[in-house]
Amino acid sequence: MSAEASVLFDAPGPRAQRRNLILTVISAVVLVAVLAVMGWQLKSKGQFAANLWEPFLKPEVWTGYILKGLANTLKAALVGSVLALAFGAVFGLARLSDHAWLRVPAGAVVEFFRAMPLLILIFLAFFVPPSISPIIADGPLGNFQRVMVETLGAPFGVEISRGVVTVPAFAALVFGLVLYNGSVLAEVIRAGVQSIPRGQSEAAYSIGMRKNQVMRMILLPQAVTVMMPAIVSQMVVLLKDTALGFIIAFEDLTSYGFKILPANYFNLLPAAFVISIIYIGLNMALSGLANKLESRTRRSAKVAAGTPSAAGMTATGRITGDGGAVGAGGDGGAAGG
Amino acid sequence: MNELFNFTEVFDNLDKILSGFWATIRLASVTAVLALIIGTVLVSFRVSPTPVLRGVGTVVVNVLRNTPLTLVALLCVSGLSDVLKVTFSDTPSVNGYWWAVTALSVYTGAFVSEALRSGVNTVPLGQAEAARSIGLTFGQSLRMIILPQAFRAVIGPLGSVLIAMIKNTTIVAAVAYGVDAVSEMKIMFFDLGASLPIFIGFAIGYLILTLPAGFFFGWLAKRMAVAR
Repeated sequence: MSAEASVLFDAPGPRAQRRNLILTVISAVVLVAVLAVMGWQLKSKGQFAANLWEPFLKPEVWTGYILKGLANTLKAALVGSVLALAFGAVFGLARLSDHAWLRVPAGAVVEFFRAMPLLILIFLAFFVPPSISPIIADGPLGNFQRVMVETLGAPFGVEISRGVVTVPAFAALVFGLVLYNGSVLAEVIRAGVQSIPRGQSEAAYSIGMRKNQVMRMILLPQAVTVMMPAIVSQMVVLLKDTALGFIIAFEDLTSYGFKILPANYFNLLPAAFVISIIYIGLNMALSGLANKLESRTRRSAKVAAGTPSAAGMTATGRITGDGGAVGAGGDGGAAGG
Repeated sequence: MNELFNFTEVFDNLDKILSGFWATIRLASVTAVLALIIGTVLVSFRVSPTPVLRGVGTVVVNVLRNTPLTLVALLCVSGLSDVLKVTFSDTPSVNGYWWAVTALSVYTGAFVSEALRSGVNTVPLGQAEAARSIGLTFGQSLRMIILPQAFRAVIGPLGSVLIAMIKNTTIVAAVAYGVDAVSEMKIMFFDLGASLPIFIGFAIGYLILTLPAGFFFGWLAKRMAVAR
């Protein structure tokens, strides 16, 4: 907001300028005072002692701890987002299906997982399989369970031995991330496809295209442009949510910063500070990408023409770029999760 | 196989499940009030005519929005409370509760302020011009003209933020407080053995908390929409 007129103020005149100057000085003084008190408090508690910060100058602290944690975090985020996108594409398109037997169950699945806290899903994957798998193993589905775990679970480190399935923290985290964020992405994809003007699909049908051709060749290519910002915002949410791995002792960046590094160097605050910077930097870079995509979409005449809901969608995508607000559904009912 | 879906454990422990959700509701309602206050303060910083306040508001909101909630909660509990000994109370559970509330309120407040800011942008220029032309100051026009309309325009997005906040109580409770529905679920998993019925019981509880809230905010948004 520059000095020009906006919703809130006119271009300031001499008196307003003077008042703003005084307010600026006062707020600057208060800000400096607050920072000084915080710094003084930290200093009086010895948090600026060199030995607390020295470890971060040693390469082995980075290679042995921080980068290892970062690698685990990024691995969970990457695997999670690829699978979540696949999940979202399948269920988002299934919700758009003309067949009720496909649309209704897909809708139920998406709405259910969107309404669940991520943590309860992670606990489901982490605690339940070891306890119920022996019962399944004795039943008629025992063989099926073994085959499923050995084929689908093995890449994520899920193991089965004598009928007991153990789920590593990584797999449980990815499970939760995929189901929750996948459901939100399903809504993003559905809203994106629905935001394309009806004339597009009508024109496609009228030149004799089939349903899947219309979706594949007309609607999806346009929808992808519209929903890209919302998808990237959701990736930010997913990346942030990987920190939940801390709660089930997954050795991610958060665990290294709050448990493993402080246990070795007794420097919790400095370690927390360093890893916070890494998290914030990563997420801001991704958020910046989302904003850039959004402003590009808004500028692009091709998309802007006649798709008022597209702008609304990206706006909600931005507002809801947090630990799980719901997303891109344009209608009130869809905002329910 | 039938023992997989034996719900007697859920019905026998209904009181525990309900007390877990009662803790969630207490956490969420206090947080909702504080988050709305913090969000309003932050948004008034962000739209103020003072560059310093605007800068502070922008930095605070952007940093909070890009920090995982787990990290915010851990910074509060391990950092401020345990290391720096900034405590609300000497009783650990009371201290944990208030730090959980603080972490979640501050975090949610950033999203509330983003929602409100997009609401401020929906208020037509003429409204503010009219307010100024009858001599209202910045504070008055913000308080009496702009924010009331902004709030009504963003009830839908605010509802989404608050529903996300209800779900996020699980995170701060797990990190800082240890008393809420998900913590109760974990305790029941350890005491009775993890089972699908227990999970389903808690899942239904969360559906009951979040789905009606969604419908309520959708209804309220329609009802309160500013007619233009």
